[in-house]
Amino acid sequence: MLKTLGAAIGAALLLGAATTGHAAGVISGAGATFPAPVYAKWADLYKAQTGTNLNYQAIGSGGGIKQINASTVDFGATDKPLKPDDLATAGLTMFPTVIGGVVPVMNLPGIKAGQLQMTGANLADIYRGAIKKWNDPILAKANPGVTLPNLPITVVHRADGSGTTFLFTTYLSMKAAHWASEVGANDAVQWPVGVGGKGNDGVAAQVKQTPGAIGYVEYAYAKQNAMTYALMQNKSGKFVTPDAKNFAAAAANAKWASAPGFYLLLLDQPGADAWPITGATFILVHTKQTDAAKGKEVLSFFDWSYKNGDAAAAQLDYVALPPAVKDLIRKSWSKIVGPDGKPVYR
Amino acid sequence: MSDATLPATALSSRRAAPRGALIGKVFEGLCFTAATTLLAALGGIIVSLLIGGWPAIHKFGFGFLTTATWNPVTDVYGAAGPIVGTLVTSALALALALPVAGGVAFFLTELCPARLRMPIGTAVELLAGIPSIVYGMWGLFVFAPLFAKYIQLPLMTAAAPGSLLETLTMGIPNGSGILPASIILAIMILPFMAATLRELLMSVPIGVRESAYGLGATTAEVVMSVTLPYVRTGAIGAVMLGLGRALGETMAVTFIIGNSHSFPKSLFDSGSTIASTIANEFTEATSPVHTAALIALGLVLFLITFAVLGLARLMLRVQEARS
Repeated sequence: MLKTLGAAIGAALLLGAATTGHAAGVISGAGATFPAPVYAKWADLYKAQTGTNLNYQAIGSGGGIKQINASTVDFGATDKPLKPDDLATAGLTMFPTVIGGVVPVMNLPGIKAGQLQMTGANLADIYRGAIKKWNDPILAKANPGVTLPNLPITVVHRADGSGTTFLFTTYLSMKAAHWASEVGANDAVQWPVGVGGKGNDGVAAQVKQTPGAIGYVEYAYAKQNAMTYALMQNKSGKFVTPDAKNFAAAAANAKWASAPGFYLLLLDQPGADAWPITGATFILVHTKQTDAAKGKEVLSFFDWSYKNGDAAAAQLDYVALPPAVKDLIRKSWSKIVGPDGKPVYR
Repeated sequence: MSDATLPATALSSRRAAPRGALIGKVFEGLCFTAATTLLAALGGIIVSLLIGGWPAIHKFGFGFLTTATWNPVTDVYGAAGPIVGTLVTSALALALALPVAGGVAFFLTELCPARLRMPIGTAVELLAGIPSIVYGMWGLFVFAPLFAKYIQLPLMTAAAPGSLLETLTMGIPNGSGILPASIILAIMILPFMAATLRELLMSVPIGVRESAYGLGATTAEVVMSVTLPYVRTGAIGAVMLGLGRALGETMAVTFIIGNSHSFPKSLFDSGSTIASTIANEFTEATSPVHTAALIALGLVLFLITFAVLGLARLMLRVQEARS
């Protein structure tokens, strides 16, 4: 009886090993949750065409970095770009995939989407607790002709560590010196005021339920929920709408070519239409691949996605990279080499 | 015929002994393995929490428990906020849930018409089966707005300036904070406590109860002086079960507690618990000290739970010694 059971287990294990061995066309990745929907969509389309499976686990940027460092996955994904020095130390190469934007949203009775104009400095003062009421003279001066309600401002921020928070706080640090010195920028920070919501939906719910609340969410979320957003002042002094076109404008003007390791924040970019709180999400792979064929499979997937994935990305409200940037990325892949020192990708 | 049967029986009984002994040995072995595996897992968890949390424990020392700074930018962490949040929400939840759980259990065992006993009992057990994320979503989207409108705002407007009520009700009137989180927690631990208490009360021998009634005692008197004292020790266990669940509850609390690492200053102030902090930040914690601080938080929660269980044991022992 025990023997048969043992034999059965052994057979099952062998079978399991055999199937995993067979499925050579499996790429595994882990990391950021923000791009997970578009990676899943691309994986779906890619599998239909090539038969190669992509197994992506949306465990968060921190987890993605840890997993690629431990080599338990073929690629990691992060919303927060690693600095060139850190990439070199870890032996990783980084490249961007899609662009997204962070949008300030609010719940202000009587104020419609796009009616309120916001500058980076004022946003920082609100999140610092320095501006406490919506009819504060500073906000009133920035919004002539708009009747702002006499409501206390309830600040809502992300409670969970998030690439969205990283972009938002980095932007505030760029625009306000006191924010940079008192709070700083990270996936999570010590917020001076406000309540934390879990995830985009948590922030959105808190904003919707509290008159006078202000929060920040990813663009796709603000769009799909038709939330009241503010126009943001960009580097050229223009107040712009958060939409795909303006995110693309921010990405188009960015100087990718002179950014080593694609370490580039698309925040506060020049250009009349550029949305100021824009950011890319990134892929991490080992510069020295232990398995050249596997490395090639990973890069082929992203190459295919750059070529064929733009429409799918747009459907999900992500913004594709400009073609010139895609070419730069493909060029950069030449330094990803196999055990023999030759580039794995063509 | 009988000649043939006799040796057969003798043979089977002779064989039965070693076979039974073998089964017994195997059974013993399996039970022993199960028990030791559990102990080993427990030990392994403590050791790995210690190792994982060591960088934070080493860096911040005792201050980790007493300061309320939680700053991922400067990598300075103090867990006083989440620790206090955990203890306060659990205690409040217990205080809210215990009377109701007791009421449910007494009603089901003493007062309930037999027809209703099944449906109500099943409903209580079903409540225990709802995933905590559902409580969280319900809490955030349904409970919080109602709570803000009908409880929080009236209380805040009723509070006289400078009164104790004003201090207790300070905060943002959006239905999230320490008290709403405690109420959600209370609803979550209620079915566990009610179901356990009901089982306990049912275990009271019918004779004991009947004789009390026979002496002319009212239902209240039977409950207070006969059945409750009879199940006292078990009842403490039921309470501890609820408290254990409240201490470690993660998702539901995360949704509604407001997630601020500072010290909660009022019932409606935003706070955080140990479990909600870990759930919120673990996935995106990139700096080693941040990760270590979160693991050290886990260790603190482990120790708190351990202390609670130890306290329960101690209470039981004191009671046993007294009776």
